[in-house]
Amino acid sequence: MITVKINKKIKTYKGNSQLIVNAVFPPGSVTKIYGPSGAGKTTFLKIIAGLITPEQGMIKSTEDFWLDTDTNINWKPQQRRVGFVFQDFALFPNMTVIEHLKYATDDQELINRLLVIGKMESFTGHRPRHLSGGQQQRLAILRALALKPALLLMDEAFSALDDELRESLVTGIKILLKEFGTTTIIVSHHVQETASFANRELKIELE
Amino acid sequence: MEWTPIWLSLKLAAITTLILLIIGIPLAYWLSRRSSLFKVIIEAILTMPLVLPPSVLGFYLLLSFSPNSALGSWLLHYFNLSLVFSFEGLVVASVIYSLPFMISPVKSALIHLPASLAEASYTMGKSRMTTFYRVLLPNIKSSLWTATVLTFAHTLGEFGVVLMIGGKLEGITKVASIAIYDAVDNNQYKEANQYSLVLFAITFVIVILVFIFNRNSARGPLE
Repeated sequence: MITVKINKKIKTYKGNSQLIVNAVFPPGSVTKIYGPSGAGKTTFLKIIAGLITPEQGMIKSTEDFWLDTDTNINWKPQQRRVGFVFQDFALFPNMTVIEHLKYATDDQELINRLLVIGKMESFTGHRPRHLSGGQQQRLAILRALALKPALLLMDEAFSALDDELRESLVTGIKILLKEFGTTTIIVSHHVQETASFANRELKIELE
Repeated sequence: MEWTPIWLSLKLAAITTLILLIIGIPLAYWLSRRSSLFKVIIEAILTMPLVLPPSVLGFYLLLSFSPNSALGSWLLHYFNLSLVFSFEGLVVASVIYSLPFMISPVKSALIHLPASLAEASYTMGKSRMTTFYRVLLPNIKSSLWTATVLTFAHTLGEFGVVLMIGGKLEGITKVASIAIYDAVDNNQYKEANQYSLVLFAITFVIVILVFIFNRNSARGPLE
């Protein structure tokens, strides 16, 4: 169970706005976050991951307070250890596919399973610049899953995949998420993209 | 032609570059992270050798290192070290003089890396140190080469600072650039030409090697 109550000032072209979110994410749920462009969806994910600190807020993961601005608790991203699929993939140009996964985990069996799920077995020695956009995005997802995270944050994580590939990937990911007991939050603009994946929705708007 | 000045120049450039790799890279990383007024002031001080006339820098270093100054007498008293007219003095002066050539390309490259690279590594539980050595540094390899070469070449060609601090003691502080000046001063143009040709050849080979090493890089090696 992830409980989030945050309040963060955000600068927009209209001036200053407030990102205010009060939400509870049940264990094992997959929540789709949607809202207008610039509403702070990516900022919201980064706040949960510990990459951005809000002026006020509280984030609780099961029994642990990751953030509580009233008592000055603020866990580092390294302590929160969420799986994060970045919108720009954030792949390491110096590492091959297999090196990305080994950087995340020592579990060779898990790495092999991930490669099969992502249909990446033939590209283990490739660096990101030699992968297509879809392959890069799959690698970013696999790298996040390699952490066996309690919480997985995905920012437009299926945008570069065609329907067929996305559905086969979602099937494989769902099995892993269930096995790991992972709670997932996914930001997406497209209804179709998360139709077979998300089971909850949360709209984010600036106030 | 004596080979000692060439050897001294190469030794000075190599030691200076090595020291600057050790202290310059962490300093560049620190400067590349969130800016503050304090960092701006520090960076301005570190960049001064780039714009100051070498003789001005050399003059102030000479004053600072002199046994009559507080720093000079402290070094002499506690470490029995005199930096004036010594090879050690040349190294310290060269480190200060060439510092911006190491820091600037490295800092610029670190700033231009997408923030999400480090962020992705942090969310994977990796420390700042691990992220720096495994993710950030390997991805600015061409800029590291550029910084190393610029530092080496710049130190190799040093003249004003070296002359001020070290004079031209044979085998101790008389580096190649000073040997050239000395030869011209004594009307020995043939000798000056030989020193110049050797320096030209060394520098040319280094630059060629960097171009070959960075040929696959999107940027040119000296960008």
